[in-house]
Amino acid sequence: MKNLTRRLALAAAALTLAAGAAPALAQQASQKQVVGVAIPAATHSFTAGIVYWANQAKKDLEKANPGLQVIVKTAANASEQANQLQDLVTVNKINALVIFPFESAALTKPVAQVKSKGIYVTVVDRGLTDTSAQDAYVAGDNTAFGRIPAEYIAKALGGKGNIVALRGIPTTLDNERMEAFNAVLKKHPDLKLLDAKHANWNRDDAFKVTQDYLTRFKNIDAIWAADDDMAVGVLRAIEQAKRNDIKLVFGGAGAKGMVKTLMDGSNPLIQANVSYSPKFMYDAIKLTAEARLKGQKLPATTIIPSVLITKENAKQFYFPDSPF
Amino acid sequence: MPPEHAERAPAPAGRAPGTWWGRLHGAGPVIGLVLLCLAGTALNGDFATLDNALNVLTRTAFIGIIAVGMCFVIISGGIDLSVGSMAALIAGCMILVMNGAAQAIASPVAVVAVGMAVALALGAAFGLAHGLLITKGRIEPFIVTLGTLGIFRAYLTYFAGGGAITLDNALADLYSPVYYGSLLGVPIPVWIFALVALAGGFILNRTAYGRYVQAIGSNEQVARYAAVDVDRVKILTYMLLGLCVGIATLLYVPRLGSASPTTGLLWELEAIAAVIVGGTALKGGAGSITGTLVGAVLLSVISNILNLTSIISVYLNAAVQGFVIIVVAFLQRGRR
Repeated sequence: MKNLTRRLALAAAALTLAAGAAPALAQQASQKQVVGVAIPAATHSFTAGIVYWANQAKKDLEKANPGLQVIVKTAANASEQANQLQDLVTVNKINALVIFPFESAALTKPVAQVKSKGIYVTVVDRGLTDTSAQDAYVAGDNTAFGRIPAEYIAKALGGKGNIVALRGIPTTLDNERMEAFNAVLKKHPDLKLLDAKHANWNRDDAFKVTQDYLTRFKNIDAIWAADDDMAVGVLRAIEQAKRNDIKLVFGGAGAKGMVKTLMDGSNPLIQANVSYSPKFMYDAIKLTAEARLKGQKLPATTIIPSVLITKENAKQFYFPDSPF
Repeated sequence: MPPEHAERAPAPAGRAPGTWWGRLHGAGPVIGLVLLCLAGTALNGDFATLDNALNVLTRTAFIGIIAVGMCFVIISGGIDLSVGSMAALIAGCMILVMNGAAQAIASPVAVVAVGMAVALALGAAFGLAHGLLITKGRIEPFIVTLGTLGIFRAYLTYFAGGGAITLDNALADLYSPVYYGSLLGVPIPVWIFALVALAGGFILNRTAYGRYVQAIGSNEQVARYAAVDVDRVKILTYMLLGLCVGIATLLYVPRLGSASPTTGLLWELEAIAAVIVGGTALKGGAGSITGTLVGAVLLSVISNILNLTSIISVYLNAAVQGFVIIVVAFLQRGRR
């Protein structure tokens, strides 16, 4: 009896698989691809950039490939995103999914569900807790995001001086960046990290934390703000305290305002930046769509490199139309 | 304010005559603040400097001014969860209006004046809308303001395209003294904070309107029978809070010259916490502006001390704030 049930279940599974695979194959043959894109809603500058670049990718790719449809869905929280995944599969009948998971753990099961239906899954930036739920992973380089500022600061200060850091919201991503920063400092015994506090990627919090740093430390050579939003608050706090011991403020992520400042050379404290552009969303969608149109697969992991932005190459990183 | 303390002080003393514990009730926030300041000084010598004190008071100004308005709303038995989003939306609209007006009006001073007027008018208008929905629409204040919490922030995010709305540089330079300037060595936000608090104390304790607010909070039915125009008083209370949010925004905008969807996040909880830590009952009826001031300063001092020291894991900052709030509330629980 048990055996029979199992055999029936197996047969049913095989049938479903065959049924599921057949139309997918047929579609691939006719080059018709529907790519679903699930991303967080624009609630702060960075996610606004993600939304902007996703829509940009939709526009460019649909124009270049008549057989391609890109559907962009934005979600305000993890459970909304999970619901959207179901809609993308059942209503929009997507063949490929590009997802920027709202949360890693909460979205792992829903994404695995999508993949189990034979849909090609590319995960962007925030990884899943179980990588077998994805076909490909595309991300920014968080290690370089921490390493490059540290190297730049070390070089600019001649390997000697006092640094304070402002961290983002306590997350693994923030830890990764901080560890990379610390690893470089270890090689420079005369560079001292006085303190590193969380300012939550927020301008107001960064303003307060910096005010208190300035009260507490009479001599600071460089401030690593770990994000351009925080750098705005840092600069105002320095200005207000009329401190001129600080030689360098290093933000990060290449927000358009900061890149502009860099291009114009309008603030001597801002000398460099590190790219972590939400444009990797564009790249991820483009890579996935083009590979799928050819019936190919992406490498398991693609890291979009974070590179040093200086006055010389700033132009390549300046996107005035992006909200970020 | 002193008069109401004078009225209330004998009651707990009568219950527990002569005991130190009896006298401790009500002084909880002040004791908490003094203890915190002593701890701060012990942990870092720079805590007790004038500059640091002024920094803390200046940054308390936003929450403090909002908390004064919130104090009225809570005493009247209401609540407003939307103030953080409201401040953010007002800041965004104010910047958009000023940037727009700069094209049309030649005098930058006039542009800033227009912006300020818009902020105050918007604050009062949002407050009026809350008041009307709560009184005439007969919807719970919790629900009305929970709704507008989402509405305000969503509109700001929409206007900003998810990014930041930034004030034109020339205007920002002209306007920035409102936050960064000082008068007689005291920063302007602290002056405005003090004025708002004095006005709030006066209105609450010395006017008929203030007495009506307290009466409605302790028993709305009785107030109705006593011929108090309950609806009108309630609407005015929400408008007063809206106006306070507008005033706070006037000080906020020159600080960073921008508004983004993360502006004013959780300010509502900070303002409510300041009022409650300051000894006002969440169920309404009684409360004081003095307590609210102390509560607001206390909350800023906690985060200031945490920033000035690094003995506690950075992950536990929020826990420290929570512990202090609960301890202070415990110290003055006898007044509920």
